[in-house]
Amino acid sequence: MSPLDFVYIALIGALASALVSVGADRQPAVLRYANFGLLAISGAAAVVAGLWVLIGEAPVAAQLPLGLPWLPWHLRLDALSGLFLAVVGTLVFAISLYGPAYTRNYLHGKNRQSLIVLGLFTALFILGMYLVVLADDAFLFMIAWELMSVASYFLVAYQHQHAANRRAAFLYLLMAHVAGVAILLGFGVLAGFGGGFTFEKMRAAELSTTWASIAFALAFFGFGMKAGMVPLHAWLPEAHPVAPSHISALMSGVMLKVALYGLIRFVFDLIGDVQWQWGLVMLVTGACTTLLGVLYAMVRNNLKRLLAYSSIENVGIILSALGLSLIFLGTGHKIIGVLGLIAALYHIIGHALFKGLLFLGAGAIAHSAHEYDLNNMGGLIRRMPQTALFMLIGCLAIAGLPPLTGFVSEWLTFQVALQAPRLESGVLRTLIPLTAAMLALSAALAAATFVKVYGIAFLGRARSRQVRHAREVGLGMRAAMALLAIGCIVFGILPSTIIDVLGAIPKQLIGQAPVSATASGWLWLTPMSAKTASYSAPLVLIALVGIAALGFALLHVRATRMRRGYPWECGYGEVNTRMQYTATAFSQPIHRIFAPVWDLREQIDEKRHPAQPQQVQSIRHQLQALDKSWSTLYEPIGRLVLAGARRIGMLQTGSIHTYLSYSFFTLLLLLWVVT
Amino acid sequence: MIESLPLPIDAAWLLAVVQTLLFVFVAPLLSGWIKRIKCHMQNRAAPSVFQPYRDLAKLLRKHTVLAENASWLFRFTPYLVFAATILAAAVVPLIALQLPTAQIADVIVLVGFLALARFFLALAGLDIGTAFGGMGASREMMIGALAEPVLMMTAFTVSMSAATTNLSEAMGYTLSSGLVLRPSFLFAALGLMLVAVAETGRVPVDNPATHLELTMVHEAMILEYTGRHLALIEWASKIKLMVYLVLIANLFLPWGIATELTLAELGKGTVAIAGKLILLGMALVVWETVMAKMRIFRVPPYLGFAFLLSLLGMLTHVVLETGG
Repeated sequence: MSPLDFVYIALIGALASALVSVGADRQPAVLRYANFGLLAISGAAAVVAGLWVLIGEAPVAAQLPLGLPWLPWHLRLDALSGLFLAVVGTLVFAISLYGPAYTRNYLHGKNRQSLIVLGLFTALFILGMYLVVLADDAFLFMIAWELMSVASYFLVAYQHQHAANRRAAFLYLLMAHVAGVAILLGFGVLAGFGGGFTFEKMRAAELSTTWASIAFALAFFGFGMKAGMVPLHAWLPEAHPVAPSHISALMSGVMLKVALYGLIRFVFDLIGDVQWQWGLVMLVTGACTTLLGVLYAMVRNNLKRLLAYSSIENVGIILSALGLSLIFLGTGHKIIGVLGLIAALYHIIGHALFKGLLFLGAGAIAHSAHEYDLNNMGGLIRRMPQTALFMLIGCLAIAGLPPLTGFVSEWLTFQVALQAPRLESGVLRTLIPLTAAMLALSAALAAATFVKVYGIAFLGRARSRQVRHAREVGLGMRAAMALLAIGCIVFGILPSTIIDVLGAIPKQLIGQAPVSATASGWLWLTPMSAKTASYSAPLVLIALVGIAALGFALLHVRATRMRRGYPWECGYGEVNTRMQYTATAFSQPIHRIFAPVWDLREQIDEKRHPAQPQQVQSIRHQLQALDKSWSTLYEPIGRLVLAGARRIGMLQTGSIHTYLSYSFFTLLLLLWVVT
Repeated sequence: MIESLPLPIDAAWLLAVVQTLLFVFVAPLLSGWIKRIKCHMQNRAAPSVFQPYRDLAKLLRKHTVLAENASWLFRFTPYLVFAATILAAAVVPLIALQLPTAQIADVIVLVGFLALARFFLALAGLDIGTAFGGMGASREMMIGALAEPVLMMTAFTVSMSAATTNLSEAMGYTLSSGLVLRPSFLFAALGLMLVAVAETGRVPVDNPATHLELTMVHEAMILEYTGRHLALIEWASKIKLMVYLVLIANLFLPWGIATELTLAELGKGTVAIAGKLILLGMALVVWETVMAKMRIFRVPPYLGFAFLLSLLGMLTHVVLETGG
């Protein structure tokens, strides 16, 4: 056996899963067992293949007898693609546990949808993601990329009876293709200088700094757009929430990561010789993306939309870490640059785990309470205790709190940023800590956002009837969430061991492993040296649990009786559910402080008593916080494109004579050019 | 000290545990001291400095009343908050440098511990489903979100000078570089002081002594806690106050702290930190007496000013002190 065998199992599993789902509409059981069962096998195989190469360190390559006659499809599995293959595989495995129960939603009633479409495109989407990370030539890469984009378009448009979903899906398709064109041109630059479409030749290409920068700019634009970087993010919060929840988990959890894979592969591997100026661009974009992403997330009340904006924030963190890495690599500080790359990869893994978990949790709420609006939720910790526990872990991890996984990568990013004094340029020395402060602000705002999510959805009392009668979801769905929650904990407390494994990637790309980070054994994480900074996640966990347990034991041995009473209501009588803080109320202070960030539309309608105008009968308050990028960027561009189209449209007279003369003159012009 | 970081079993670890226990048990005394001075300052009859111990003991003995729809999270929070705050106390050098606990977590993780405690307190505030809890949680998270970057900038300024985020090493650096006036440290210290006031819920940001509905922040969040749960939370907030004061004292004026683990040095360290805390407590009292409580939306400009100070600190470090 070799890793390649598992790769083939994964690919064939996904393909078979696509084929069997053709029977899903007649026999829904086909979708539930065959389709998701094959996906589970495929996901597990992908994890095995990825980890094998990541740990074993020997890249494997193969050629498939498909594609163009002179350009067969090249597959290559090295440490970098191994990691991403394993991440994709993990999420695929989780959703294949989750899917069978969740897709029952689409069998009956007003949600009834074609299961063929769901099964077919889910499997093709996954197949596309596998192939993107496995591709070793630009041709296969672009085909796989398009397969991923187009298949996910159908999934976004799955519930197409709502006009908003169709609009979101179209926007998604449009942006995916603008991004695709940029990436294609980027590959074009490399292929032009390298003399071929295989990555092998592109690596060997000798580029001048200008051309390398052009290639970088194209790749950064294209992959950044697909990853949801501000200001090219507008499609993401529209498209991700409207897909079925397990697809949202895949899109936010891993599809964005596949785009980042493309960026890392393109910049660190194919271009290779990096410039620090690129890093600066990436760092500043990343920091802005982080801050705007979390601010937009904070004020959303639709849970899935909030999570989608939070994905933008996390992509920003990853881009910041990658930017730091490029800056340090470009200025010759190899070891620190490697640490930046490790921080980015760690956050990629972490975000796949916790964002997957949170989307699956949001799906679980939707499944049992049919509710996406936080303002209608509440008290779910009593109705869905296990989902509540998993979601708590997810919220803690995404808020970047020790000792869970989100914290490790943020800590590493800060550690890299703190090495700024080693740089020559005063501008960089000032800008890097400043962006680090922006990251700190974003991390704190992310904590506030996820207090809102958890506190409003799971704590307090139910704000609507459906939520009051919600039931815990089935075993498969819980198992999927449990798997990812355990991942969040394990990746949080064993950073040294995991970084030791991840070290194979920078070793392959840059020729340097992060040796100092793990030099003090599995218990300690020491990015530079034990003197500079150290963090021991296992000891932190032991101490936290130990002290809390000790306190509990000491106070419980001679505990006095505990009794239940009414909460304090100022003596006015019964507290009702309408008196609770709502999601909107919770984020109101942040709203006020950062008001210029959004396009705020606030409307207060007061109805007064006709006879006594000082007596207010009812108040209706409406607050909309719109994404400013629409009014400042997209709409002007849209108008410009339309105006241009109208101008060109003037050529279109509708008379065949005119068209014939156009052809004639074009022909003449071409002949003149040729001669 | 230890380049290879051995497994945690030796005398230094024992001393570290003792220091942490000292930290935890002295924290109420510091609160008592601050309260006493404050009463004197405001011409009121002062309670004994040991009053906080009596309050805690009484709370620990009392019956616990839970609100009717409190979930397990509400009961679990006090223990977690207490544990996270103790961990924060454990990594701050109090009387001696070079203790191994400072290596478990650096200053960024310290901020993380405090954020963890705040996260759970805010959740507990939302758990009961009353307006007070929600209001407290929302405001506390707002203040926390604005205070955290200031704290980080301060930490960055110090750790960029000292080239370490390890608190013990950073204090050692200040100690070894002698009594020089660094403008960056001055700005950073001022920023840290402003944040400390905001984060520990003191006047002018919040008032720990009031239960007036519209002005409460921290107290609103924990309004439903009683008995031993309340005791743990109150104790944790006293420890948190002391963490901030010790941080200010030892990061910027570490002189007197024990650098070797001998009895004489440790004695000197104890006296030094006691003196510094007494003085800092008095400074806090003066500050709290001359300031009036702010409206909640005055707090963002206040924290913005603190951020500006710490930013200036960082910039002066980059511009003046590294010769770039």
